Amino acid sequence: MSSSFVLIAGCAVVTFVIKAAGPVALGGRDLPIAFRSVIMLLAPALFAALVVTQALADGDQLRIGPETAGVAAGGLVAWRTGSIIGCVAAAAIVTAALRAI
Amino acid sequence: MATRPSLVGVLEQTLPRHATAHPGLHRAALIAGVRAGVPFAVAGGLLAMSFGVVAQEAGLSQVAAIVMSAVVYAGSAQFAAIAILAQGGAVGAAVLAAALMNSRFLAMGIALAPSLPGRAWWRALQGQPTVDASWAMASNGDGSFDRAMLFGSSAIQYVAWVGGTALGALGGGIIGDPERFGLDAIYPAFFAGLLLKELRDGRSRGVAAAGALIALALVPFAPAGVPILAASAAALAGLTRRARADAQRAIEEAGGR
Repeated sequence: MSSSFVLIAGCAVVTFVIKAAGPVALGGRDLPIAFRSVIMLLAPALFAALVVTQALADGDQLRIGPETAGVAAGGLVAWRTGSIIGCVAAAAIVTAALRAI
Repeated sequence: MATRPSLVGVLEQTLPRHATAHPGLHRAALIAGVRAGVPFAVAGGLLAMSFGVVAQEAGLSQVAAIVMSAVVYAGSAQFAAIAILAQGGAVGAAVLAAALMNSRFLAMGIALAPSLPGRAWWRALQGQPTVDASWAMASNGDGSFDRAMLFGSSAIQYVAWVGGTALGALGGGIIGDPERFGLDAIYPAFFAGLLLKELRDGRSRGVAAAGALIALALVPFAPAGVPILAASAAALAGLTRRARADAQRAIEEAGGR
């Protein structure tokens, strides 16, 4: 059994279990208002964490690099235009340009 | 609203549970989800191309890279696992990294749960299309979720994710180093775009700032992925009396119960 197979099967299984856990444990019933109130704030918390950990961190080190500027440019485009394509295009172009210099 | 006798509708009827609380899956709603998912599919497809290239550099065959995208379908986890392999890490460590990176889907799945009807195995399957952009788009803003939007937008993103991986894996020699084109900046920029849509008021901005600070504070100490799950603690700001009152109002305005 090759290591690629073990890697893929392992990742597939853990991903399935993680995505299934919430719906299986808590599915199909109405939950109290406090729960729903917390859920409504989950997206800003998770997405902010995803942005900063990927734009400002490299492994366990905090650092500012070309991709930090690229993501900032992408964020600016998303904020001004609301376009997700424009956002990622600006991020890639700015990052690539800074690396080329 | 009456459920049309479609295949999905029939399937729904055979799995009755809270049937009245969950509208059937209408074709039009699924198609609307596919449409809404297109921009994210384009961005995800570019990202998948760079995954196809990076995976081969880490030692996966072309077919293995494509199969991984097809059966795992979790971008950040796939990149995390591949990064461990590329550094010479063990397969077990790579799977663990993927699990930790995916841990945010635990929080998202808990959020989705009340909006997914049916028996346990059917709910487990309905949870599988959970990816960041689809989850965010499916949110009704009142704590409930539109699962047709979730399924539709994830379907088109899935096609782009697997297709992009195939392009990157088979044509990687032409693309060369994805970092040269700034493709690694696409992922965080994608999340920045998603985040901006969520910053509706002072409270959501405060929670975003707190989530970012929690994550950054943990980066030097915790394995990748854990800082992101920990940041979800910032959403506990929803437990305050004022937040609950606002949530109640949002639910009533959305016509919910």
